[in-house]
Amino acid sequence: MVTEPSRTARLEDIARHCRAHILRMTHRAAAGHPGGSLSEIDILTALYHQRLRVRPEEPDWPDRDRFILSKGHASPGMYAILAEKGFITHSDLESYRVLGGICQGHVDMKWTPGVDFSAGSLGMGLSFGIGCSIAARLDESERTTWVMLGDGELQEGSVWEAVMAAKHHELGNLKVIVDMNGIQNDDFVDVQMRMFDIPAKWSGFGWPVKVIDGHDMEEILDGIAWADSITDGPAVIIAHTVKGKGVSFMENNPAFHGAAPSDEQLAQGLEELGFDGGEL
Amino acid sequence: MMAASRDGYGDGLLEISNDRHVVVLEADLGKSTKSLHFRKANPERTVSCGIGEQNMMLIAAGLASCGYKPFASTFAIFTERAFEQVRNGIARPNLPVHICGSHGGSHTGTDGSSAQSIEDLAIYRSLPNMTVMHPCDDVSASVLTQQCLELSGPSYMRTARNKTPVIHAEREAELQIGKGVLLKQGSDVALIACGVLVSKSLEAAAELENAGISACVIDMHTIKPLDTKLLDDIVIDTGCVVTAEDHSIIGGLGGAVAEHLSSSTPVPLERVGVKDRFGESGQAEEMLDLLNINTADIVEAAKRAIERKNRS
Repeated sequence: MVTEPSRTARLEDIARHCRAHILRMTHRAAAGHPGGSLSEIDILTALYHQRLRVRPEEPDWPDRDRFILSKGHASPGMYAILAEKGFITHSDLESYRVLGGICQGHVDMKWTPGVDFSAGSLGMGLSFGIGCSIAARLDESERTTWVMLGDGELQEGSVWEAVMAAKHHELGNLKVIVDMNGIQNDDFVDVQMRMFDIPAKWSGFGWPVKVIDGHDMEEILDGIAWADSITDGPAVIIAHTVKGKGVSFMENNPAFHGAAPSDEQLAQGLEELGFDGGEL
Repeated sequence: MMAASRDGYGDGLLEISNDRHVVVLEADLGKSTKSLHFRKANPERTVSCGIGEQNMMLIAAGLASCGYKPFASTFAIFTERAFEQVRNGIARPNLPVHICGSHGGSHTGTDGSSAQSIEDLAIYRSLPNMTVMHPCDDVSASVLTQQCLELSGPSYMRTARNKTPVIHAEREAELQIGKGVLLKQGSDVALIACGVLVSKSLEAAAELENAGISACVIDMHTIKPLDTKLLDDIVIDTGCVVTAEDHSIIGGLGGAVAEHLSSSTPVPLERVGVKDRFGESGQAEEMLDLLNINTADIVEAAKRAIERKNRS
């Protein structure tokens, strides 16, 4: 698939703005999960701006595609893309982790327009997505369900109940993306619990697998098109990503799984992203 | 006539199967929970989840989020395996998923303590948004299953494996989620029961009658929301209460009644239930005897409650 440079550049610029939102949100809240938000954001940008059939002006449109962020702690990334897409306002982002705010600590379908799943505990999103996919099949709708999982999350055994079930039921309207950034809460995934060949595990359950660079916009768009081309069963994209991508001191640094940037770090991060302190 | 409440669940599902949004989820126990009848009639709306309860609960949640009305069933004890999925994936977003846990309580018998859920009512009662039910017979299990369609949030219903006396035949119209049923009038003590101990409470009331004691009997099939109005009305008449359940005395029907009465009308209360222990393999009746939750135990509890009332 040949992508016009202008489209790729446009998506990359949206992702760049989202990265700045992520830094500002976590800095303002003095809490949250910047690392996994920065690793997922290029994929979210491509999905929301190129693929998902959703209506920001009608977030509950019944026949919308569903997006399930199973790694729901990476909510700043989700809120950033919802703001860029117009589901929520940029000022709503200031409510992240604030009492009464619509941007809850973990993504929550009851609080935020455009959120399809109340996450928080890992290992739940794929199962929920199966339910959405079966509903679409029963409705004879062509809508699709996209589920994003983290790689650390794959350590939850219930994920593999869902992997088995989605294939058993041959849900051709279900697409999974694994944001494989190699880091979990306490340390690197390979330190906490080695999982060896992750693509082989999925293919062992009968899933078609495509491995991509989750920060290369052309590869992401190719991967999405590939997943869409598979309609006789579920498909999974394994995206190699870098935790903290785009902010030098956060990149591949387990410390920024669940830690907010300081004032100085915020300023440095925004500068690295091409924003001065006052912009945005 | 004898029947098992799990058969009522199976009948209830068939009764509402014309609603195209009703879907049934199974975890390899459809023959036991009795969802198999729905499956045979509506295979396209039945989802086999294999032996995977955590996955099943969340598939149900996803279906509910898209406007479907999922009924997910397995043994009561195995629903507990998916507690966090129920808590975070169903109760928290208030999705109308209806969970049926069959084979609940010690009454399930010879499978032994691993299968005897005696804490399910307590744990589901602790979740916001959940309706919690434990019908006493097949008739009420069927009616309450059908009424789940009227709920805007999730529910948990425990059914029993073994046959017990049919209580509510020809009385379907009296059954309503959240409303206790006064089965027998009485003025000295109120016996408030759920599930398999409803028929035992009726037996106990008859024995008490022979001893000159007038006991009323209530089938409190809905543990949450508790029918506090009926409770308040009844204790004004009787002045003391016995609860009876095949469940831990901690947090179930007895716990719910105690919590309510302690803040409204404190009266002597005796809780007949499993006293903070596990069961073992045995026949249903043997289990009720072993755990001191049979008819004789309800009779003794009633006498203690009345004695405490008279002392105060």
